[in-house]
Amino acid sequence: MSPIRTARHGLTLAWRSMTKLRHSPDQLLDVIMLPVVMVLVFVFLFGNAVAGSTHAYLQYVLPGIAVQALMFASLGIGLGLNTDLRNGIFDRFRSLPIARSAPLIGYILGDVAKFVLSLVLVFALGAIVGFRTHGSVPAILAACALIMVFAFAVSWVMALVGLLAKSPAAVTAFSFVLIMPLTFGSSVFVPTGRLPGWLQAWVKINPVTDVSNAARGLMLSLPPGRAPAVSLLWALGIVTVFAPLATWAYRRQQG
Amino acid sequence: MTARPASLGDMDPQSPAICTEGLVKRYGKTTALAGLDLAVPPGMVQGVLGPNGAGKTTLVRLLATLLRPDAGRAQVGGFDVARQPDKVRSLIALTGQFAAVDEDLTGRENLLLIARLLELSRTGARKRADELLERFGLAEVGGRLAKTYSGGMRRRLDLAMGLVGEPRVLFLDEPTTGLDPRSRADVWEMIRDLVATGTTVLLTTQDLDEADRLASRIAVIDRGRLVDSGTPAELKAKVGGQSLDVRPVEPGQLAKVGAIVAEVTGAGAPNERDGVISASLAPGVSGTEALAAVSHRLGQAGIDVTELGLRLASLDEVFLTLTGGER
Repeated sequence: MSPIRTARHGLTLAWRSMTKLRHSPDQLLDVIMLPVVMVLVFVFLFGNAVAGSTHAYLQYVLPGIAVQALMFASLGIGLGLNTDLRNGIFDRFRSLPIARSAPLIGYILGDVAKFVLSLVLVFALGAIVGFRTHGSVPAILAACALIMVFAFAVSWVMALVGLLAKSPAAVTAFSFVLIMPLTFGSSVFVPTGRLPGWLQAWVKINPVTDVSNAARGLMLSLPPGRAPAVSLLWALGIVTVFAPLATWAYRRQQG
Repeated sequence: MTARPASLGDMDPQSPAICTEGLVKRYGKTTALAGLDLAVPPGMVQGVLGPNGAGKTTLVRLLATLLRPDAGRAQVGGFDVARQPDKVRSLIALTGQFAAVDEDLTGRENLLLIARLLELSRTGARKRADELLERFGLAEVGGRLAKTYSGGMRRRLDLAMGLVGEPRVLFLDEPTTGLDPRSRADVWEMIRDLVATGTTVLLTTQDLDEADRLASRIAVIDRGRLVDSGTPAELKAKVGGQSLDVRPVEPGQLAKVGAIVAEVTGAGAPNERDGVISASLAPGVSGTEALAAVSHRLGQAGIDVTELGLRLASLDEVFLTLTGGER
């Protein structure tokens, strides 16, 4: 199968994802509500306690909330794959003369649209309640791109979960078990230095810490240090491990 | 004779559309297919009958390139399903037990999706989608989400999606399971139309009536093996011979009718079911003579009937005999 045909099939299946979203925007409810709730709860409920002022805390926490929102958005691919496997749509795709990987590509491209929407939403909401970026335009775009690249990498993990799980409910349950410690046990909500020592050990090796530190640094024009490079390495590592695993699980359905 | 280059969708009318030799598929310790041989000539409906777990669905999945055989060979349109799956896929379509439509798309979008995946042009895809909606009586609901469809509409959409690419070989895995009689008749009509255009159909079913009405040939499989095959009439003749049915106007006269039938056919005690007396003819008894004799005796006894006739044993009887009576 030529790469051009593969891309064409993948784009057609991405069109399918987009069309489904257009028909049932309620599918986006979790993607929309989660960042809204996070911003309101963390900034206005805990802001004073953590940072002494809601305004200061908002500047700190918002880039990390964007990372978290996109990780939750990547759950969509797992759910979508699982549903298609269970109801026979996959069999139909696989009995067509199309590229083997086209459905996977379709989902991942469809998710990119969700990622963009999520990012726009988080930062628009942030701007309304008082988030002010100090970064240059290229730095802001770089921060957004970095978050998206990381979410894209996480998509492959979710794809694997979706292909192996017995039901959509299992996909959701497992993803939460995965995402919760990664996002809350990171520097997203509280600076690493303020955490107890045993937790710091975990937070320091958690890739979400690097990604949110990198995004924060770029957005607020702070010295980002090694965080952007480390984040990209993590994304690369996750894709290197999980893309082949997901592809294997996908082909395994062949029997 | 000059050799023509092989081209897709241009099968040799003489060679079988579907052909399997010693096909084996195992799932762990379970053997789903234990060396199945089958040859289906092009342009007809081949029924595949068998009890649950006989291997019907496994056979369809192997032929549709969704599974790989553990041993043996299978060809569709002359292409090997394991070695040339892409060639096979360009010839076939599959309609499963559970209507595989995308519920969150409209009927029309479901068809457009398949058409675009098969690389029809944008306008070509639209034209094909509208054509199929019209043909399958879905034109009015084409813009509605598939999740709002009734079972019958959904199955018709499923079938329409299978036909977007004008397949030469169509696999129908229990296509009318769970449909009401009206929808079932609609699906049957569509299958007949398809075969009239030269498509080869492999139909698996548990519904013997369906096999009897649609299939020109039937393969009975049990425990992954071919038990018998032939036309419905051949199978019936092989197993049950002829039987004679009488339905008296007055149910009170069933006993008398039974006695007359038993005497004429010489086949022991006849069955009585739903107000009909039926008896198998003993070997050597002429159907015409038995019918005339029964008719004469009934007339003499002054018994009026609403039904009186000869028929081949039903496919039910064939099925139960061939598969050891276990269902």
